[in-house]
Amino acid sequence: MNIWIAIGVTAVGCYAVKLIGLLIPAGVLERPLVQRLAALLPVALLAALTAQQTFADGRVLLLDAKAAGLAAAAVALLLRAPFLLVVAAAVLVTAGVRAMTG
Amino acid sequence: MAVGLSGFAFGVTSAGSGLTVLQTCALSLLVFTGASQFALVGALAGGGNPFTAAAGAFFLGVRNAFYGLRLSQLLALPRVVRPFAAQWVIDETTAVALAQPTRRGVRIGFTVTGLSLYVLWNLTTLFGALGAEAIGDTDAWGLDAAGPAVFLALLAPMVRTTAERAVAGLAVVLGLGLLPVLPAGVPVLVAALAAPLVLWADGRRRARTAPAEAAGERDTVEEER
Repeated sequence: MNIWIAIGVTAVGCYAVKLIGLLIPAGVLERPLVQRLAALLPVALLAALTAQQTFADGRVLLLDAKAAGLAAAAVALLLRAPFLLVVAAAVLVTAGVRAMTG
Repeated sequence: MAVGLSGFAFGVTSAGSGLTVLQTCALSLLVFTGASQFALVGALAGGGNPFTAAAGAFFLGVRNAFYGLRLSQLLALPRVVRPFAAQWVIDETTAVALAQPTRRGVRIGFTVTGLSLYVLWNLTTLFGALGAEAIGDTDAWGLDAAGPAVFLALLAPMVRTTAERAVAGLAVVLGLGLLPVLPAGVPVLVAALAAPLVLWADGRRRARTAPAEAAGERDTVEEER
């Protein structure tokens, strides 16, 4: 049930922000400060989420095969690999390290 | 291609996080903005309550309002059509629409990209979720690394300036540091405060060290209007 509540709230919220952009007059969101904050907010969220989903299981911090997988993804990104390869590198290296360490 | 793969990765991640196939597909049909969906299932898997989990997903979706703003001027849609177009206001449709030289091109680009991505995203989500159920232990295949890898790929082009790096670094420290002490789902929301904090510190630093430069920048902004 909780999951359906989360799905409902997220669906309504995400649809609302999409619609707001199409409906409100242009001036409101075009202040430089608002624009800069809007650009930085996803940076903060994505960075925190990447770190948490790599180095945590629930509320416990840990270092496991996923860290190696993400390191591989980072290397792929530095080499300007396409999206497909970046995700594939993370998955394959994680699976490989898990298989080797048991 | 990239969208198809992330749709598949989302289906796998979501099913691996304990959501049913129906719940997974409902998310792709109703939310239809990838980063928010990944964030939501990640937060739910971490034991977050539905509202903190939804809040994180919501803040990631806020960028779509800014896309809508750009698009509404270019598309110039009648008000009655806007609620139907809104669901397709995402990163990819905005990028394609903004690249078109004429209004007709913008409308066609937006509609074709929106429709094809919507179909692709939902089909690949379904296949991913069914595939995850079929193989059972998704962790053994390293598929739990797909979610964070997608986030990292989205994040990489966004961290170029010093301010952006500072925000990312501070958010990582807050997100991991607070994880053991705050209820699940909350640390990520606190980490989001890294954005206004860095912006505020940046503003103060500029005002103190180079008032003339700051004034100069204000002038340029005024001129651009």
